[in-house]
Amino acid sequence: MIAEFALALLWLAAALALLQLGLGSYALTVRGAQFLPAVRPVAVAQGVLVAVSFALLIVLFVRSDLSVKLVAANSHSLKPLIYKISGTWGNHEGSMLLWITVMGLAGGLIALLERRLNDRTLIATLAGQAFVSLGFYAFLLFASNPFERLNPAPAEGNGLNPLLQDPGLAFHPPTLYIGYVGLSIAFSFAIGAMVTRDVGPTFARAMRPWVLGAWIFLTLGIVAGSWWAYYTLGWGGWWFWDPVENASLMPWLAATALLHSVSVLATRGALKAWTVMLAVVAFSMSMVGTFLVRSGILTSVHAFAVDPERGSFILALLAIYIGGALALFGLRASTVTEGSRFHLFSREGALVMNNVLLVGILGIVLMGTLYPLVTEAFGTKVSVGPPYFNPVSAIFVFPMLVIMAVGPLMRWRQDNGKKLINLMAAPALALAVALALVVLFAGDIAILPLLGLIFAAGLAVASILPLWKRNLRRTPAHIYGMVLAHLGIAVALAGMAAESAFNTEKLVASEIGQTHTVGPWSIELQGIDPIAGPNWTALEARLVTRYGDSATQTVMNPQSRMFSSPPTATSHAALLTRWNGQLYVVLGEEGDDGRWQLRLWWKPFVPLIWYGGLLIGLGGILALVGRTARDLRRKDQPEYEPVAAPADPKPVGGREALA
Amino acid sequence: MNRWPRLPIPSPSEAARPWHEARPIMKHWAIWLPLAVFGVLFALFATGLIAPGDRTIVSQMIGKPLPAFDLPQAVPDRPAVTRANFTDGKPKLLNVFASWCVPCVAEAPYLQQLADVGVEINGVAIRDRGPDVQAFLARNGNPYARIGSDDVSKIQFDLGSSGVPETFVIDGKGMITYQHIGDIRAEHVPVILEKLKEAQ
Amino acid sequence: MRGFLLLLVALLAQPVAAQDSLPPAPYAYKQLDDPAKEKSAQDLMMTLRCLTCQSQSIADSDAAMAGDMRHQVRSRIEAGEDPEAIRSWLIERYGDWVSYQPQVTAMTWPLFAAPVILLLFAAFIVRKRFGRAKPTGEKS
Repeated sequence: MIAEFALALLWLAAALALLQLGLGSYALTVRGAQFLPAVRPVAVAQGVLVAVSFALLIVLFVRSDLSVKLVAANSHSLKPLIYKISGTWGNHEGSMLLWITVMGLAGGLIALLERRLNDRTLIATLAGQAFVSLGFYAFLLFASNPFERLNPAPAEGNGLNPLLQDPGLAFHPPTLYIGYVGLSIAFSFAIGAMVTRDVGPTFARAMRPWVLGAWIFLTLGIVAGSWWAYYTLGWGGWWFWDPVENASLMPWLAATALLHSVSVLATRGALKAWTVMLAVVAFSMSMVGTFLVRSGILTSVHAFAVDPERGSFILALLAIYIGGALALFGLRASTVTEGSRFHLFSREGALVMNNVLLVGILGIVLMGTLYPLVTEAFGTKVSVGPPYFNPVSAIFVFPMLVIMAVGPLMRWRQDNGKKLINLMAAPALALAVALALVVLFAGDIAILPLLGLIFAAGLAVASILPLWKRNLRRTPAHIYGMVLAHLGIAVALAGMAAESAFNTEKLVASEIGQTHTVGPWSIELQGIDPIAGPNWTALEARLVTRYGDSATQTVMNPQSRMFSSPPTATSHAALLTRWNGQLYVVLGEEGDDGRWQLRLWWKPFVPLIWYGGLLIGLGGILALVGRTARDLRRKDQPEYEPVAAPADPKPVGGREALA
Repeated sequence: MNRWPRLPIPSPSEAARPWHEARPIMKHWAIWLPLAVFGVLFALFATGLIAPGDRTIVSQMIGKPLPAFDLPQAVPDRPAVTRANFTDGKPKLLNVFASWCVPCVAEAPYLQQLADVGVEINGVAIRDRGPDVQAFLARNGNPYARIGSDDVSKIQFDLGSSGVPETFVIDGKGMITYQHIGDIRAEHVPVILEKLKEAQ
Repeated sequence: MRGFLLLLVALLAQPVAAQDSLPPAPYAYKQLDDPAKEKSAQDLMMTLRCLTCQSQSIADSDAAMAGDMRHQVRSRIEAGEDPEAIRSWLIERYGDWVSYQPQVTAMTWPLFAAPVILLLFAAFIVRKRFGRAKPTGEKS
């Protein structure tokens, strides 16, 4: 009965979403104003119902109720519990239910928590959120019902794709997903504000924590995804510029731009049209990503639940919501550069440059990802890969790094160039030292990794400078957040550059007892043993590794696994991390001559990529906590729009008010 | 209703004006740019959905001369294949196959059908072992006049072929005139006969 | 392990494909002795597309045909051939599709015009934002 009950809840939630939209829209008219207070409870109830429905689907998976079609198709009674749970969202129907759950919960939370925003704009936002949800409810209920029964129930389920049976992948998709869907809130805020024509600093402050939240999830989701690709795919690559990877990068780029333009709007009351447009674009990129991944119109290794029919449904939703929002934008916005002009040497000036460059990168990624589709429509096939994306995005990335270095040091409104030049001495020195070190010790490396390494050094120093000469105890958390996030970019960049500059690869066909060297490591293959896991069997290599002349030996055990349901083989790399890099070993096949294929990599400093990614996410979390705490303290005082700052911009326009 | 009071804005600056009325006379064209870009994307996606691209990789070598190759014999009872076998004035088929390839079993009867009406088929066994090929031919029939053996798929790179089985029509002067991708089924037999006739 | 092929097979829910029993081609999993040549082979292989996979370079694939392609690349580079000549040799057979590095053609020039157009767009926005009209903000 659980499945039927959950389905009924889902229908009820959909009905409430309809009510939320109808009531909200009526409340915005002149006669309907008395209904304004009624919308919030509806939004909360809708969120609760859909969340319960999703929880019940998890229960069905945990209990392996094979009479439910979705469970039978994606689960297996012998699977470890964690993968039974992750199986809930590891399929199309379940992930759409997760989508709608995140939307519902976010709407409910806004209804509960948001107290600063003008009530009419808030209600318009909730109505917008319900409007978007309705499309996905329709998709779920009419085209991908997760609670469909199977009669008769099979004796055993089909199991979950073994590659998804990995702790990393159990949580990477939902994290990314919450980020994707979280951007729908920014979108609804933008719709709400366009409807009530109320775009201003209050709106920006109300929207900011939600954008920040979604952005944190997106960041962590992308970091986890690239880590997963790195260690499960068994070739040591961490980013392939694959369409599906690009689909997750595009919303992140848009959200990052939005995050920065929101602070200009919050502080200076400018960039209104631009911010609203970015909010629409960010969620559009989420939907475009979902469309690309599921419609199968682009080939990708990660293609997921591909089905052209679902593709058409998502495309229709895309047309309604994104087309509609952009049309509304065209009708409501009247000028591109509303507000005052900025001074080139000012915080907002740097933020505008940052925004423009981020949008530039977004444009390149979008163009490169979709271009094969364009040429295919004309009957030609092309491939666009790293040799295009790396250099072309670099055109935008390196100027952006410079702006990232100087921007946070600038004051709002106007700053003087001389002071900046003095401040930039330290990062410039770091850059020069890095250049000297690379030239002295690394020898001949390509231009992009070289630039990456030296810019990373400069940016790392520059990103800490905003704390220079500050009272560190009184510095608000969100400043630390910004510093950490920018430092994280520098750290990740160093990792990326090191990965492409210093990798050593060794492919060997090894006899048992043979010793090989890769970089500073010596590695002995001691033996191959059969082992058994809960739902797989494997061959496991025993490799004894030693770094340089060190006396410590470490055993590494790469495996090749055979899963029984469904029958699939996967390779399980073994990783050994030191402070200065990572040793990556993969066990291949046995040759005719009884030698075993081994793939060995020494990747200096490569973990920096993910440490940097985590720093970025952590920075986001600090900023969110800091901002929220600050908002809660000022809960009951609506903020003035800080337009008329004193001529000396210290109190409002100084570092206190930064992004 | 509990509407927050909207506080007066202290300075009558431009930024304080409602954003949508900043310049009421004429909208800037760039306002419609995002919608236009979206329109293009939508058209592209719709095209991609309605007419999904063909996932097969067609050889660019059609109409070009067959590159030189010289492959060893695969089985004792059939001679080896070289490029010279395709320049005697008679159009022939060049079929790449393998004993480990499942669709190759499915196409075997239709290749036999072609051989029965007098088409000369030269085969190349890809990444295969002699005894395996022999067993495959014993089980599924042997329509081939010659069979070469290629352990490193070199002939496929020469032909622009990206899988097994594939069949090429080569005219009498050694020009590649047609490529059939995948297994040959009943309906493909007349097409291939037609292409052979055209290659005369 | 044939990780990638199997990954594809698994993701596309196809039955496990039959595989040949032959050992991989000599240079499929063996590096060239000269590190400089191996480096240029590796750089080229990273930019060539595997013919039988969905979307992977031949450097990242365990498909048999990707192995054979690596063998071609390594043995040709060993013989002294220029990497770009090998790329053109493959493009001649499989079309531009086989190379992840798009060539500038009548079909692909917009890809290379895109950064220029985007920079112009950036300049447009920046000019609007930083125009000389009121450089000191709204203090006026």
